[in-house]
Amino acid sequence: MTDLHTLTTATVRTQLAEGQISARGLVEEFLRAIPAVDGRVHSYLTMAPERARAQAARLDALAERGEPLPPLAGVPVAVKDVISTRGIRTTCGSRALERYTPLFDATAVERLEAAGAIILGKLNCDEFAMGSSNENSAFGPVRNPWDLERVPGGSSGGAAAAVAAGLAVAALGSDTGGSIRQPAAFCGVVGLLPTYGRVSRFGLVAFASSLDHIGPLARSAKDAAAVLAAIAGRDPLDATSADAPVPDYVRQLDEPIAGLRIGVPREAMAAGAGLDAAVAAQFQAALAQLEHAGCKIVEISLPHAPYAIATYYVIATAEASSNLARYDGVRYGLRVEADSLGEMYRRTREAGFGAEVKRRILLGTFVLSAGYYDAYYRKAQRVRNLVAGDYRAAFESVDAIATPTTPTPAFRLGEKIADPLQMYLNDIFTVSADLAGIPGISVPCGFASGLPVGLQLLGNYFEEARLLRLAHHYERLRGAFPDPPVSLAEAPRG
Amino acid sequence: MKIDRATVAHIAALANLELGEAEMAAMERDLASILEYVAQLDQLELSGVEPMAQVAAPNAAPGDRARDDRPRVWFTAEEAVANAPQAGGGCFKVPRVIQPAS
Repeated sequence: MTDLHTLTTATVRTQLAEGQISARGLVEEFLRAIPAVDGRVHSYLTMAPERARAQAARLDALAERGEPLPPLAGVPVAVKDVISTRGIRTTCGSRALERYTPLFDATAVERLEAAGAIILGKLNCDEFAMGSSNENSAFGPVRNPWDLERVPGGSSGGAAAAVAAGLAVAALGSDTGGSIRQPAAFCGVVGLLPTYGRVSRFGLVAFASSLDHIGPLARSAKDAAAVLAAIAGRDPLDATSADAPVPDYVRQLDEPIAGLRIGVPREAMAAGAGLDAAVAAQFQAALAQLEHAGCKIVEISLPHAPYAIATYYVIATAEASSNLARYDGVRYGLRVEADSLGEMYRRTREAGFGAEVKRRILLGTFVLSAGYYDAYYRKAQRVRNLVAGDYRAAFESVDAIATPTTPTPAFRLGEKIADPLQMYLNDIFTVSADLAGIPGISVPCGFASGLPVGLQLLGNYFEEARLLRLAHHYERLRGAFPDPPVSLAEAPRG
Repeated sequence: MKIDRATVAHIAALANLELGEAEMAAMERDLASILEYVAQLDQLELSGVEPMAQVAAPNAAPGDRARDDRPRVWFTAEEAVANAPQAGGGCFKVPRVIQPAS
């Protein structure tokens, strides 16, 4: 029997089909083993034992009847708490939604379960997905399983930490400015940002609608591919979901990579990007391995990339200020009583939101306000077009673009929380893909000061298959990635 | 753009946020530093550049279209107000908006 923390989508399905395990037994093992490890990591906000057991029973019934099993049959997964789950509270890491229970499932959740996955629970995150360290969760930060004194990244910090520590085989996260890829890099797992429109946003609690994406985190490119295949595709409930066909991501993994051209932006390697020397060394080593495997590494330029963070923090906050207007204590969530309606709104929002959410609402309100709209919001939208244009031009001559996912490895808890701008600068390599709407993946590529480093690969629109293939081949060149010191590896199997 | 206390108070009111004194001071400092950073966008020549409001991928059919207009029962009125802090008769309840004449 495989250890819980090394299970893959393929091993679970095979063992279930061959009768070596039962889905119900697997669920019980996870539910029993998670608390001892997660007491230190704090990745789960809510467990969903009843829903998990019911789904497991359905899969066991299929297996017992010898019926064909769906692609993710029996695979224990978990879902970031900004993604709606019917009947399971969805807090968004906020006091405002501490007791909010959705009446519907996000399309990605529905599709994940239809593909046979078992949802174990909901994962901690920065409040409304706003943050790069998970310290903005109203329910306390997640800790990095590689070093409990360090952040797991954010905002999908719970998702990355849970997958790294073996507390789920895979997870759904969300990425608006790097929130899947950055924590994946910090925790040593794979995180995939799909093309905008590739995965339905229906049921994803909105932060910045033109930038929000749902995507998978997993311990391998292959598992990320399997999850993406399950959740991708047109959804009538999201008007921005694309009609593009969904390829067989898993089957395409083994196609060759020799001859692919990989561009390295000189702006990422420039002194101003703040790249840590040890991270740079791991990145160069990864490029050398890809080159040895037949890829061609070429220097490219993304001249507007240095403007991406400034652009992002105008557009994302503008959209957030509008999207978060709905938390007013009327229809759901927290209410602070007052004599007048206006007073109730203001007190409710004052009590419900944390500092970073308020900061972004204020900034977004400011850049949209009369007199500043053109100087900030319209200007940022124009720069967004230039950032996207850089990628359009680059992909005329390269098949993928490589950068480190983050300029440094995971920082210490408390290190950046007092300086919001320093925290934002951590997203320097990730935000521009969200602005352009192109896909990206972060795959672990070694260590700097004992902490995982991420290799980021970006692709043209709807070229997730190529990114997954490159990541999959790279994983083979790299070899097995070790387990973090805090993981389910400690748990004896019952 | 120099942001001052009056501006912060004004946008807080627009955003329906009631900030305390200490919070107001912290926000003034943070917004000033972020806007100073954002000012780098002023260096760019943007005449003739269209604003980009939405991602339009060149190699896919535009997803931006409405679904068929067919009724579908999602949940009952009872269920719809189940998460409300205060509800009654299938409605959301809020503090009195119009005060009775005395």
